[in-house]
Amino acid sequence: MRQGDFLFLLLCATVLGLGCQDKTAHIVQGPAPPAHTGTPGSPSGNVRLTAGSPPEDGQWTMPAKDYASTRYSGLGEITTGNVKDLKLAWSFSTGFVAGHEAAPLVVGGTMYVVTPFPNYLYALDLTKPGAPAKWTYKPKPDAASQGVACCDVVNRGAAYQDGKIFFNTLDDHTIAVDAATGKEVWKTQVGDINRGESITMAPIVVKGKVLVGNSGGEFGVRGWLTALDTATGRIVWRAYSTGPDKDVLIGPGFQPFYSQDRGKDLGVSTWPQDAWKIGGGTVWGWISYDPELDLVLYGTSNPGPWNPDQRPGDNKWTATAFARKPDDGSARWAYQFNPHDLYDYDGVNEMVLLDMDVAGKARKVIVHPDRNGYVYVMDRQTGEVLSATPFVPITTTLKVDLKTGRPVENEAKRPGFGHVVREICPAAPGGKDWQPSAFSPRTGLLYIPHNNLCQDTEGVQANYIAGTPFVGANNKIYAGPGGHRGEFTAWDPVAGRAVWKVKESFPAWSGALATAGDVVFYGTMEGWFKALDAKTGKLLWQFKAGSGIIGQPIAYRGPDGKEYVAILSGVGGWTGAIVSNNLAPQDGTAALGMVNAMSDLPQHTTRGGTLYVFSLP
Amino acid sequence: MKRAVGLLALLLLTTPLWGRELKVCADPNNLPFTDRRGEGFENRIAELVAKDLGATLRYTWWAERRGFFRNTLKAGLCDVVMGVPTGTEMALPTRPYYRSTYVFVSRKDRGLALHSFDDPALRKLRIGVQIIGNDYANAPPAHALSNRGIVGNVVGYTVYGNYAEESPPSRIVRAVAQREVDVAVVWGPLAGYYARRQTVPLVLVPVSPQIDLPFLPFVYDIAIGVRRGEKALRDEIDAVLERRQGEIAAILDRYGVPRVGAGERRTAP
Repeated sequence: MRQGDFLFLLLCATVLGLGCQDKTAHIVQGPAPPAHTGTPGSPSGNVRLTAGSPPEDGQWTMPAKDYASTRYSGLGEITTGNVKDLKLAWSFSTGFVAGHEAAPLVVGGTMYVVTPFPNYLYALDLTKPGAPAKWTYKPKPDAASQGVACCDVVNRGAAYQDGKIFFNTLDDHTIAVDAATGKEVWKTQVGDINRGESITMAPIVVKGKVLVGNSGGEFGVRGWLTALDTATGRIVWRAYSTGPDKDVLIGPGFQPFYSQDRGKDLGVSTWPQDAWKIGGGTVWGWISYDPELDLVLYGTSNPGPWNPDQRPGDNKWTATAFARKPDDGSARWAYQFNPHDLYDYDGVNEMVLLDMDVAGKARKVIVHPDRNGYVYVMDRQTGEVLSATPFVPITTTLKVDLKTGRPVENEAKRPGFGHVVREICPAAPGGKDWQPSAFSPRTGLLYIPHNNLCQDTEGVQANYIAGTPFVGANNKIYAGPGGHRGEFTAWDPVAGRAVWKVKESFPAWSGALATAGDVVFYGTMEGWFKALDAKTGKLLWQFKAGSGIIGQPIAYRGPDGKEYVAILSGVGGWTGAIVSNNLAPQDGTAALGMVNAMSDLPQHTTRGGTLYVFSLP
Repeated sequence: MKRAVGLLALLLLTTPLWGRELKVCADPNNLPFTDRRGEGFENRIAELVAKDLGATLRYTWWAERRGFFRNTLKAGLCDVVMGVPTGTEMALPTRPYYRSTYVFVSRKDRGLALHSFDDPALRKLRIGVQIIGNDYANAPPAHALSNRGIVGNVVGYTVYGNYAEESPPSRIVRAVAQREVDVAVVWGPLAGYYARRQTVPLVLVPVSPQIDLPFLPFVYDIAIGVRRGEKALRDEIDAVLERRQGEIAAILDRYGVPRVGAGERRTAP
């Protein structure tokens, strides 16, 4: 890449007011209405909520808040004017010290919290002072699953529907628990821990089916999404991410937009023989659902465990977005974000479903900030990429070619075994990892917690596993341009530009919450839980939690009618492993090179899971 | 009286009540190295070391996968991990007690006579390799083959395999016996032990070159790992390994561990 290109990308991504594409700048202004008006549209009206975002009911029944994955609460009692008075209402210790990534759920007068391994499910009674536990469901997962899970033994949350709480355990069980009594309704084994599969993702419940996907691409598992009957736990269908069309549930109804995604059995032919059988493409991230189009939308992980030079070809369907029918899992379209991934760029990040004006035409879109550093705006009916705009500095690709759908690679940053490549941006955790963004229809902005990390691959290191010695690449991850490792960005999806950014010392590894009071919330790895003005990014309030925050904030209406905001603290995950797993700061290559970037985190926080709930006095 | 209690406490603190323990972290299902029944050659060598130190051997079992060192040795669950390459940064290695090599494993009845990665026959044969993970961490044979453009005829077997079966990594040796692949490139100790347990005769030939360029060794010195900084224990075990050389060699022979050179270098070649 020429230096000029890099500078251009850098400017696009970081300087306010500079759009990367030739579009009219979207101006966000005007006084905030006093409370949630119910008008599902931004001030200019050019980006709107969909049928996947029903009217506010004061509850929080799935981690993404709604099928459209907006993480937007229509509650407006806590506003930019009064958030400074927010006080701790009560707190609850989970008793565990691994990374706490889950969103709590609120259904009626009860809050549900699922913990990291050993995956306890707590029911807390919101109708009583201090919200005492009503019951605890303990699934007793296989202890060996801890050794199998990559990075940290997190769980990203549960989902509620029709009187049942559904969640997954690290050792590959999907469980339905009676929401009132805590009694197990059914428990189904969906994967095999002995083959390296584990489950960390939060399920979603669509049309009487619980949708669940596996983790463990690093261990050579084959990715899948499966659907279980909510009443019985019976597996209804399973869609693999690699292999022949019949396994991927690709049939006559499959109509991908780009020619690169058309052809028979691409899940086999885009790999060397049989390599797809251990090819990765796991489904450990987020799933959205469009009830109007009746489409389930999600992305698959990067290919593994082969090195890129051992798997020539596009390696379908890894790092790919899928649209499927929930009834039978049949694929309607697919689009591969990162054909033949070189950098660990999973495609599993959230798909936020919005209706948006693009070039004067109303389109049903997906907004998807990918690990590869681009915010994609896609037509969710067809899989067409309408725009792909960098939200972080990118050196690995030059752009996404909208005609072919393919990213244009930067050959100079192509890593290979045994040679040094510096300034690979974004680093392996991506411009953004799993941490989900939030959308406010009142500002028309997507609030993206993300990373600012680059990486060098230098030299080789002797290692061994299961008695087998080998040499691996020595990855060092470090802060990207500017020297900070994280950002919280308010992104205008219409204009394709950042409206404001808040720099964070550490990667912003928590989820985001947007509210009708025009306050947005997120947490930092040092443990600050922050409330910002949704329009300006101004810090309005913050609270120091006991441990770093990598959870997902939610808002709900309590039985007393007041608005509450809740967040789990408890540092961990890939970035936080240095604290939650007591890694040695001097061992920079630990946690796949992440420890190098995070060596000072132990000076800023200690581990431990606690739920914090806030309200106005 | 008070003083007597104090003395007693001091005595309890300084004298281990049940004598010395040698705590070893090991995989309970990883023959020929270790298993829960103590039947691996590293189990035998650990017993020998413990005996020499006058210590009781105690195991913490943990699958040897990513995070093994972090969760075991570094977490203080044990004093040593058996069988680590001397070049590792995860632990402080003792002197090596053997040096082995990756080998080509094939059925004797095939008469393949392979010995080098540069053998043109490798472009046509179906070759099994062990796959470890992405991010450029893989067993050296996989790299050596892809560096030569040998990709399409390579079959991967994850070292993780199916943990419900005995010794998941040994699957690749069985694959040769059962004609799933023509040849496999396997770490010596694993190949040596499991080749003897197949129903058909297998041939093992050390790979060459021993070090592929730019830096890809196929020969490794294997040591016992102690926690970094624990030099006193390292020195103590070094002395044991030297004293017990003959007995260790006998154990390795019994398990069919192919060895090269003297195994005296402190760093990986």
